[in-house]
Amino acid sequence: MQLITVAGPPSAGKTSVIIKIIEALQDEKLKVGVVKFDCLSTQDQILYQKKGIEAKIGLSGNICPDHFFVSNIQDCLAWAQKNKFDLLITESAGLCNRCSPHIRNVMAVCVIDNLSGVNTPRKVGPMLRLADIVIITKGDIVSQAEREVFAFRVKQANPSAMIVHVNGITGQGAREVGQMFKTSESVESLTDYHLKFSMPAATCSYCLGQTRIGQNFQMGNVRKMDLS
Amino acid sequence: MWDSLGLMTLKQLFSTYPYAMDFFSSLPNLQQSGECSVAQYFDVIEEDTLQDLGIGRQELLDQFLLFMIQMEKLKEDKIKIQSITILGGNDKNGKPEEIELTIQAGEIVCIVGPTGSGKSRLLADIEWVAQKDTPTNRKILINGQLPDMKCRYSVEHKLVAQLSQNMNFIMDLTVDEFVSMHAESRMLENIEEIKSHIIAKANELAGEQFTPDTPVTSLSGGQSRALMIADTAYLSSSPIVLIDEIENAGIDRQNALRLLIDKQKIVLMATHDPILALMGDKRIVIKNGGISRVIETSEQERKNLVTLTKIDQKMLAIREVLRSGGQIDNILLDIQIT
Repeated sequence: MQLITVAGPPSAGKTSVIIKIIEALQDEKLKVGVVKFDCLSTQDQILYQKKGIEAKIGLSGNICPDHFFVSNIQDCLAWAQKNKFDLLITESAGLCNRCSPHIRNVMAVCVIDNLSGVNTPRKVGPMLRLADIVIITKGDIVSQAEREVFAFRVKQANPSAMIVHVNGITGQGAREVGQMFKTSESVESLTDYHLKFSMPAATCSYCLGQTRIGQNFQMGNVRKMDLS
Repeated sequence: MWDSLGLMTLKQLFSTYPYAMDFFSSLPNLQQSGECSVAQYFDVIEEDTLQDLGIGRQELLDQFLLFMIQMEKLKEDKIKIQSITILGGNDKNGKPEEIELTIQAGEIVCIVGPTGSGKSRLLADIEWVAQKDTPTNRKILINGQLPDMKCRYSVEHKLVAQLSQNMNFIMDLTVDEFVSMHAESRMLENIEEIKSHIIAKANELAGEQFTPDTPVTSLSGGQSRALMIADTAYLSSSPIVLIDEIENAGIDRQNALRLLIDKQKIVLMATHDPILALMGDKRIVIKNGGISRVIETSEQERKNLVTLTKIDQKMLAIREVLRSGGQIDNILLDIQIT
């Protein structure tokens, strides 16, 4: 059983790219399942079902999405094993740019799009910097020069990643990424595995439901800005 | 490499390797003086700061070294690509293509065939340097040999630049800033000179003038395409240019293609435009997902190209009359059909 974690900013094209990759893998008779992690709502299950892809949805609600991911990933793997998938792909939106669902020794993918601007690769944290594969999307709607500058900036942010351009509409490049997925190491259980990077620290009074504003109501892990 | 870099002061580092500043620009400014050594800089970053950055100390160091190595690699000379060879696979029904086509640098090859026939797949096979591992089973050779497969993922040795019909700019920059940014990402030194070549050439191709201060987002369709083609000719490291039809509007297409082949690019162009198709040395005919034949442009076709060009110039002239507010009362123009 192989596991791939895919992360990327909202609307980068993760779902479209994953669907195209899975279609290519299905041509090779591989059984692929998806777990989509999201916060409030998602319609992606319908998209996956339409393509005959088995998918589960996890909504984190009022819990930090990546904490939610790491508390559930083991069970997701068990679900995939029960269903005898060859490959499980998890999809999550890196909402604060400091989050990353990547796990050591598990193939990690970051999806990022050309339209997000050339400075974005510098702003995205471990989700991009610790990815093994960076998929760049929406290349067909920007100029060749912008594509080249953007890929260069990604390379600067993560010099060791394989960088691939995939078109989420036509699927160009998706087949090729599918071939890379097939080379990932097999995972039987995630117990004792480590995240590639720690989650952002939290636990302050607001985590516990406080809504009032003011010095007196701030407790726990609180950080102050320097406004001097 | 760390041994020498670590001992350098920040000032020395930035003057020897100006691009290193890009790496430090995303790190906190630790109020270090330029005299502090690179090793010291990394040593004094506090654990909390690293946590905020989302990276561990060793990883940060590793990334810095990798960054420096990769950026140096960009400056290295690329393997010169003299030719690509397409070894036939099969069409959608599994019928063999029985073809071996070598395209030399400076050559234009057109690809013709109905929509959905497999033109894009051929372009994708070339981009991916297919090795019988795509649905068409084609195999692509570079300089007559099996290429280093690393080129599939490498940003700096990317084989193919793709000029699609969409040539939008999304950056809010002037032409000058835009071209500079691209040149910087190529680690070039004579940026000013290359920049002025590109802008002059793009103006020549577009006909309608723009200046270095023009924002790229306000360029017309023709100007954008002209700028993109000039930029690709001078700045793209990719030896192969794939063009998905150059639209007729507002650009001297023959001159544009000539620029690319003068720069010893291999030009592959999907087109149904007779002028462009006949400008090619050969054309590949695609049917049912496979290459059905390769036609060499004949002498007679080249003669016809002269006539077609005259017709095209007439059309352009009429367009010019329209643009300048004139009337088109007299169309019986003297095109000599020979």
